[in-house]
Amino acid sequence: MIYATGASRQEVGAPPVIQARGLAKRYGKVVALDGVDLDVPAGTVLGLLGPNGAGKTTIVRILATLLKADEGMATVAGIDVRDDPREVRRHIGLSGQYAAVDEYLTGFENLDMIGRLYHLGRKHSRNRARELLAQFDLEDAGDRPTRTYSGGMRRRLDLAGALVAHPPVLFLDEPTTGLDPRGRIQMWEVIRTLVAEGVTLLLTTQYLEEADILADEIVVIDHGKAIARGTADQLKLQVGGERLEVTIRDRARLTDAEQLMAGLGSSPQNDLERRILAVSADGVATLSAALHAFEDAGIELDDVGLRRPTLDDAFLALTGRTTEEIDAAKDATGTKGQVER
Amino acid sequence: MKVPYVLADAAVVAKRNIIKIKRVPDLLVFTTLSPIMFVLLFAYVFGGAINVGGSAASSQAYREFLIAGIFAQTVIFGATITGAGLAEDVKKGVIDRFRSLPMAPSAVLTGRTLSDVVNNIIVLVVMSLTGLLVGWRIHGTFWEAAAGYGLLLVFAYAISWIMAWIGMLVPSPEVVNNASFIVIFPLTFVANTFVPLETLPAALQPFAEWNPVSAVTQAARELFGNIPPGTPAPTAWPLLHPEVYTLIWTVVTLAVFIPIANAQYRRSTSR
Repeated sequence: MIYATGASRQEVGAPPVIQARGLAKRYGKVVALDGVDLDVPAGTVLGLLGPNGAGKTTIVRILATLLKADEGMATVAGIDVRDDPREVRRHIGLSGQYAAVDEYLTGFENLDMIGRLYHLGRKHSRNRARELLAQFDLEDAGDRPTRTYSGGMRRRLDLAGALVAHPPVLFLDEPTTGLDPRGRIQMWEVIRTLVAEGVTLLLTTQYLEEADILADEIVVIDHGKAIARGTADQLKLQVGGERLEVTIRDRARLTDAEQLMAGLGSSPQNDLERRILAVSADGVATLSAALHAFEDAGIELDDVGLRRPTLDDAFLALTGRTTEEIDAAKDATGTKGQVER
Repeated sequence: MKVPYVLADAAVVAKRNIIKIKRVPDLLVFTTLSPIMFVLLFAYVFGGAINVGGSAASSQAYREFLIAGIFAQTVIFGATITGAGLAEDVKKGVIDRFRSLPMAPSAVLTGRTLSDVVNNIIVLVVMSLTGLLVGWRIHGTFWEAAAGYGLLLVFAYAISWIMAWIGMLVPSPEVVNNASFIVIFPLTFVANTFVPLETLPAALQPFAEWNPVSAVTQAARELFGNIPPGTPAPTAWPLLHPEVYTLIWTVVTLAVFIPIANAQYRRSTSR
């Protein structure tokens, strides 16, 4: 059964293609998911944003029928994932965090095998495999075992594998983690093309930038809970505007400098060395004001600049912790690996 | 799911594993190299110290006696590939990919165990050639010999399903290897594989007599015509009816392990 791309595009007001209510999952005492609701309308992209171990992968695995939730319900393409997982699988493509390509098979053999397992038939599977290799710029490498592929090529092949049967719903779990900048940009282009063709996409990422570029709506996940949701712009409003970052020359003046920063932006923070960060209310005007203020106070600066909020800033604003602290806490309790995988 | 889909999907998965045998010949080389070493070791090092049959026993008789035992041991060790291969697939996310496809769930393990039959056939051919080189001969008829090989293969197929279950149960390929050796060593050594049963300590003899490895070895030995002249007739039921006992054991093992391995497959990656 082949799905024409975009065939699932639904009327306005139709139920969401992916819907979850109160998803919960625990492993022993570790709570991986603690009541998550999601709605992804047809043809849109939802980005799940969060640090390692937040529960993003668990959500994807439940929606992709690899894992059963302890509580809550979820439907994909209108089908309950618990009641009829096999029917759900006919509508989805999954590309995981670890490129699940068989390294001893060639790129072509990998895709052909997946086509056969979707029961596309021999001829159709082969044609589709060649088509995807061309689409993903793997034509030349198609007949080489994939263990000779670069990380970016493997990821592209893995994504191609998810697309063999033209699924109307796609799950991409950290599609660019571990890729070099060029590989990441290539992957983004591929994903944008798919979305333009009408695919409904749920993607997880650790990068605010990636969610910003690809997602229509972002849900921030932490400790198995959705702690914020909205468009990228709405989230940035919650997180606050640009950051003013200054590095002073003399560490002894740190306290003076921080007081000065408090007058320029909100919630200043220092790194106990020579760097101070504050949320800037007014962008370039604040920067200009800062330069004057520091000069007047006689505090010498090594560096000064404005930067856009990062995921770290978002987490700091939303949870009061940085992603590093979250990771460190998870490592300390030894729960990180369990939760993420 | 319709039965033809199960078979078609299993064939696709089996084909994938067979391509792997072709691409990584080292795997096959190493699974055959160690039994070849066992043949040489037992035929030329220990063989002189082991007496089989009556007074007319010679080292030639021992080599003929030995080969069926080595065959049994080899196909059992070969089955660990099933477990280790599956554990590796779980680790690399290949099983996740399979589970996200609308394929027959049982096809992954069925395909894996079927490809091991192919692997075992190749290994048995290599081992038979090695046996011929050290002086082993088939004295039975063609059909008896074919039955002997057939029993070894169905027996190995049952072991593959045990290993499939272990492979889905434990977290890594290395653990599969170690875990399976704990089971395999006593099974293959406390048996009539390398020495006549009568020479084992009395306490171990009941275990060895009912050990299915002894039965399949005894069956192959009889069918190949490799029972040394002057060997006392076995007394235990399994060794009096080794073909029947091997088949019963195979059927029971398959009946138990196919369902539990498949159940474990559906759970395995569901962490």
